Amino acid sequence: MDTVKILEVKQSIFASNDEQAAALRKELKEKKVFLLNLMSAPGSGKTTTLRRTIAALKDELRIGVMEADIDSDVDARAIAETGAKAIQLHTGGMCHLDAEMTRQGLAGLGEEGLDLVVLENVGNLVCPAEFDTGSVKNAMILSVPEGHDKPLKYPLMFQVCDVVLVNKIDVLPYFDFDMDKCRAYVAMRNPNAKVIPLCARTGEGMEEWTRWLKEQVSQWQA
Amino acid sequence: MHELGIVFHIIRTVEDVAKQNDVTCIRRVTLQLGEVSGVVESYLQDCWKWAAAKTDLLPGAELTVETIPAITQCRACGQQYETVRYGRTCPHCQSPDTYLVQGNEMLIKEIEAVEADETK
Repeated sequence: MDTVKILEVKQSIFASNDEQAAALRKELKEKKVFLLNLMSAPGSGKTTTLRRTIAALKDELRIGVMEADIDSDVDARAIAETGAKAIQLHTGGMCHLDAEMTRQGLAGLGEEGLDLVVLENVGNLVCPAEFDTGSVKNAMILSVPEGHDKPLKYPLMFQVCDVVLVNKIDVLPYFDFDMDKCRAYVAMRNPNAKVIPLCARTGEGMEEWTRWLKEQVSQWQA
Repeated sequence: MHELGIVFHIIRTVEDVAKQNDVTCIRRVTLQLGEVSGVVESYLQDCWKWAAAKTDLLPGAELTVETIPAITQCRACGQQYETVRYGRTCPHCQSPDTYLVQGNEMLIKEIEAVEADETK
């Protein structure tokens, strides 16, 4: 007769991912590589912001980019034009990256000798927030046309972010976007999150963002 | 899509636990999911059937889900209430200063393994 055995697990579904993420962060610390996880909804301007960021920092930092998408390599091509080392990751239909996929991506990119690696996560405000990628800091882009109430609709995303870039501020006059409310809503979800309004197209506000990023990288490498 | 990623993580953990305990056949995995964990059980079940069938350990294994009710605590008046019914605003004093006490859990509770009895 077969016997049935109950094994108590009592473990978070994310426990194995969290462990792998912590291990990856430790390795990156030893290698002095700063990994930024960049998240946003589709169409918020992740790739444009990244191109501007690379242009501003490429003389000071050695930069690599991992573009995660369900399919296509249009974003990686756009980034490669800036001269940064770029690789396209296909998630095979999955809506987010986890720590193991990030590790594989870093191996494919070859992170040795780089100061800053940006992981451009899949355009999605729900799932990427659940999975720790092993990044040192999390950034998200909220674009003006999406509305100032996004932090209320996607609370977890704002909880896990260290910095929120409010992009496309050049179109502020045409939208009912209330920057004060936006700041207040972000603070409700995460009082420690920094909010930086900017426009990747015109360059307005980019200086504050690149300064923040540079500081984070040098603190990590210290 | 979200559920598929979660299923892969469940399978990875279950495989680790099975290995540690010398288990070769599993017939049930029980999860505890919070009411506001954001996981849709029907999607999870579909992903589970597809992904479990491809493993050595879990073909045909059932996935059982126990739901943990969501409860929110109000900082202003100190009372608790049902999250799903009232959201983030306290129904007792209308304060928005509230936090979730429980209900976003995603836990693997236990695994039911079958062992062939070789003594007979």
